[in-house]
Order: sequence, then structure tokens, then C-alpha cells
Amino acid sequence: MDLLGLTIKDVLEKLKTGVFSCRELTEKCFVNIKKNDKKINAFLTLNEEQALKKANEYDELIKNDKEIFDKKPLLGIPIALKDLYTTKNLRTTAGSKIIGDYYPPFDATVTKKLINAGAIIIGKTNQDAWGHGSSGENTDYEPTRNPYDLSRVPGGSSSGSGAAVAYGAALVGTGTDTGSSIRLPAGFCNLIGLKPTYGRVSRYGIIAMASSFDTIGHMTKTVYDNAKVLEVTAGLDPYDSTTVPIKIDQYTKILGQNIKGLKIGLPKEYFVKGLDNKVNNSIKDSLKILEKLGATVKEVSLPHTYYAMAAYYILVPSEVSSNLSRYDGIRYGGAREIFGAEAKRRIMLGSYTLSSGYYDAYYLKAAKVRTLIKQDFEKAFKEVDVLVTPISPTLPFKIGEKTDDPLQMYLSDICLCPVNLAGIPGLSVPSGFVDGLPVGMQIIGPQFSEELLYKVAYLFEQETQYYKIRPQFKNG
Amino acid sequence: MVKKNLTKEDILHIAKLGNLTLNEKEIEVFKKQLSSVIDYIDKLQEIDTKDVEPSSQITGLTDVLREDKVDDKRTLTPEQALANTQSKEAHFFKVKAILTE
Repeated sequence: MDLLGLTIKDVLEKLKTGVFSCRELTEKCFVNIKKNDKKINAFLTLNEEQALKKANEYDELIKNDKEIFDKKPLLGIPIALKDLYTTKNLRTTAGSKIIGDYYPPFDATVTKKLINAGAIIIGKTNQDAWGHGSSGENTDYEPTRNPYDLSRVPGGSSSGSGAAVAYGAALVGTGTDTGSSIRLPAGFCNLIGLKPTYGRVSRYGIIAMASSFDTIGHMTKTVYDNAKVLEVTAGLDPYDSTTVPIKIDQYTKILGQNIKGLKIGLPKEYFVKGLDNKVNNSIKDSLKILEKLGATVKEVSLPHTYYAMAAYYILVPSEVSSNLSRYDGIRYGGAREIFGAEAKRRIMLGSYTLSSGYYDAYYLKAAKVRTLIKQDFEKAFKEVDVLVTPISPTLPFKIGEKTDDPLQMYLSDICLCPVNLAGIPGLSVPSGFVDGLPVGMQIIGPQFSEELLYKVAYLFEQETQYYKIRPQFKNG
Repeated sequence: MVKKNLTKEDILHIAKLGNLTLNEKEIEVFKKQLSSVIDYIDKLQEIDTKDVEPSSQITGLTDVLREDKVDDKRTLTPEQALANTQSKEAHFFKVKAILTE
């Protein structure tokens, strides 16, 4: 059995009909990890003993309860959790050494929901420490490598979750997206990656980066798989007062419906100098496919795009400096000197933009620009149903290429951060390959339009099936 | 616009606000890197935001409250809270002294 090629949909069918057991599937994951993870560094902690125990338990349930798959929609599905997800009695480091020996006494809401749905936690994944980064290189451990080309980054900050799903160590990799951190690794690793609407999925128990931006999503090989997981994770949580009481759609039910007459907008500010020609061509080819499926494409404008990154890099470090103040070396973990360089930079930047005499010029100004960015999107969605942009202006870059120049690293996310400022959903969808490297396309919709994003992406995936192109560990 | 050049004093001041102590090498590196980032974010000063309301959140939710009642499901017993610490005394986390006489 080739785990690399399987999807959640395949696995559930095969578990139901007894082609293999949860135990066999779980064991396969660990065999694969032990064979390949030294090259990739996707995992910080493995949960082998508990995972196998759960698998045995579920095999018994499958034998004895005919309706178990209705009660537990992700029964037996191997899942890798980003290390910002609090997991009871399972080491949770946030990719940092400051809390490198933290064993939480509770589960995040989403962790609990996934466990209750029958998912099996394979391990905790590597990431840029605290979620600060676009490449995975800001981890306090060994950086994760891209399974499609080991000399390149997998995208960050949810680097390990992206790489783990790409090389078949798990079928779902969870992430958090504050500026790019699910969509970029999905784009660089040929996966579907959802940044949900802010407030759609509970943040309770997810170690906070920037609390008015953080969203909780996941990466999978296919659209169906992604929608299936969101059906489990979405919803109001009394433990997170920013979750919104809006009904959860049955995301998998609408997949396959046609998109005739769908209006797609191309924001002209995203197709400018600095966009790699090959990436541009790939997106344009994908748009032709969407047109063939019945969509129409027109140019639109998001006039304040030019200022989005500046606003983002004021507001987010401000919130970061506040959230990281709790790691004072007294109540939690080690001394503040152990913070990595990027955490220190962001704490200092945030302290600066919030400091006396600068608050109005920076924080307040940026909060006003955030309003303008949000209004740009609202206006665009009066003209079109969804927007399409590249995930990244370039192909996955080389390890080490941007580490000395933080500003260049920040600008890797130029197509993605505006979506977080506006709090709307964005879906990363494979757009094919250039020079053997994955290219990602972003589909953006209004607040709570995840259902529509999945509908569009599903038909596109049926046409293209890029997810079947598996990584070859090039340049290893 | 004037190019931003943070001084060593600026860096030490910001580090102090963030409760960080830096070594000489870090001070030099951060001086250069943070100056370039601040130079970049300064471009916001170009936009007119005179009649624009700031956004501190995007859900529009306000006054989300719960009943002022203890919910046993969301509390830990002292034993549970202390289960994974290496440093405890009775029902307390034991930390280093932070005050001196």
C-alpha cells in the first residue's frame, strides 16, 4: 500500500471495507517518518506509543459498531499538529527552546475536536518559532526542508505540517495563519491550504502570535479532505469569545456543483514588477481552466495594497510583543535571552511602534490603514465573487537565501498578508509545476465564504489533479 | 522622507521596553535590520487617513460575556495544574526569587 498517494476519502473507504486496519495505517506513517524525516525535519515530537494504542482501540470499534464512521468522521486519520497547538501531556514547544520542555495540562479546543472525531495524532511539527517566519528557518531547532527539493524551503511558518503531508507522513497537517503561515507552505508543497475567516475556528489553546490576526486552519492533499476537516474544526467556542455564531456549512456536500457564471477578479496590484514570469504564466494558465469551467475573469483594483505590508509589520509585531511578554522566565519556561533572533526583532519592533510618542504615528495609523484595506476587499466583492492571486511572487526559495535580510523575508508574503488584515478566507490551491517546483494559486472570498472557495477549487482540482504529482526528494 | 537610522541608544531603549538584554553583536545586527524595517513601514505616513476609523478587530462582535459562574469543566485541580512541572512546593509552582532585600 502506498500511503503517499492516499487521501482521507480513500482511507475511510478502505478502513470501512477492511482493506487495511487503523493499526497498519498508523504503523506505515511511522515507518515512513523513520525512513525520511532525518532529511526533512518535519517533526519535533512523535506520539508513536499513544497513536498505536488509539489505532488498536479504533480497530476494535470498527469491528463492533457499524455506525462508527458517522459518529467519528475522521476515524483513524493520521494527523500532524503544528507545535503551536496545545496537546495534553504531549510536548508543545511552539518551535522555540524557551518552552522546549512544556507538557501542557490541557488540549486546545481544535485538538480536542480532532481527537473526538477519531483523528490519530502522529506527532507535533516543526515551525518558525512562535509562527514568526515564511520559510521554517526561524525554528529554534533544525529547519524543515521541501520534499520536492531538499535544497529549498517548504514555506512557513507551518513548515513541518506542510512537508509532513507532502511526503506522506500524515494525511492532515494543521497550521495557524497570521500572515501566510498555512497558505505559503501549502503553495510551496503542492497542497490545499485553508486560512479560514477570522472567528470561524477557535483559537483557544493555540499559542498566540497576534491575537486579532491568528486563524486556525489545515493542509491536505485534496479539496474534499480539506473540507472534511473544516466540518470538524469550525464553529462557536465558549472558550474563544472571538468565534462567531454563524452556521457551519456542510462543506463537502456542495463539491461538484458547477461554477457557471462565477465572476473572478484579478487584483491588478498583485500582478506587478517582482512577480516571477513563470509564476505569472502558471496562474494565467489556471485562469484559462477556470474560464473553461464557466467562470469569467476581469481585472479589479485593491488600491491600498501597496501599504498592506507596512501596516501588517506594525500591527502584528505590536501584538506579538504583548503576547510574548508572558514568557518572562518566571512563570513560563527559560529566560528571555533564549528567544531566537526573529522573536527578538519582533518584540523590539512592537515595543517601538507601541512606545510613548510613536503610538499615534505607527500603531494607530496602521489600524486606520487596516480599515482601508478591508474596505478595498469589500468594494471588490461587490463586483466579483472571488479574487485570484499567486500565493508567492516567486518559486520556493533556497535555504539561507533570505535569512540575513528580514525585510526581504517579510516581503515573501506580499500576496497573503492583506487577507489577514481583512480577516477574510483564502485558499491555497496547486497551480502546477515550474522547473519541477510547485506553484500555488490563492482564491480569496468574502467573510465566511469557505464553501464557495472549496466549490471553485474542487472543480479545478478535478480538471488538473496536480495533487497526484508526488515529491522525489530532489537534491538530497 | 528622512532615512531612519536607529542609534545604539535607541536599540538599548527598545530592548529595555521589551525586557530583552542584548549582546554587542546583536545590537549591531538589529540596528541595521530594524532601521531598514522601520524605514519601510514609514511609508504609511504618505496616506491620508483623516476621516478613517481604526480597526482593532474585524468580527464586529462586541460585549461577548459569559455568566459569572465557575464552570468546573474549565478549571484544573492543583494536582492537574502542577502535574508536569519539575519545580513545585506544596500546591505552588516554585520559581526563583525575583525580589531582593
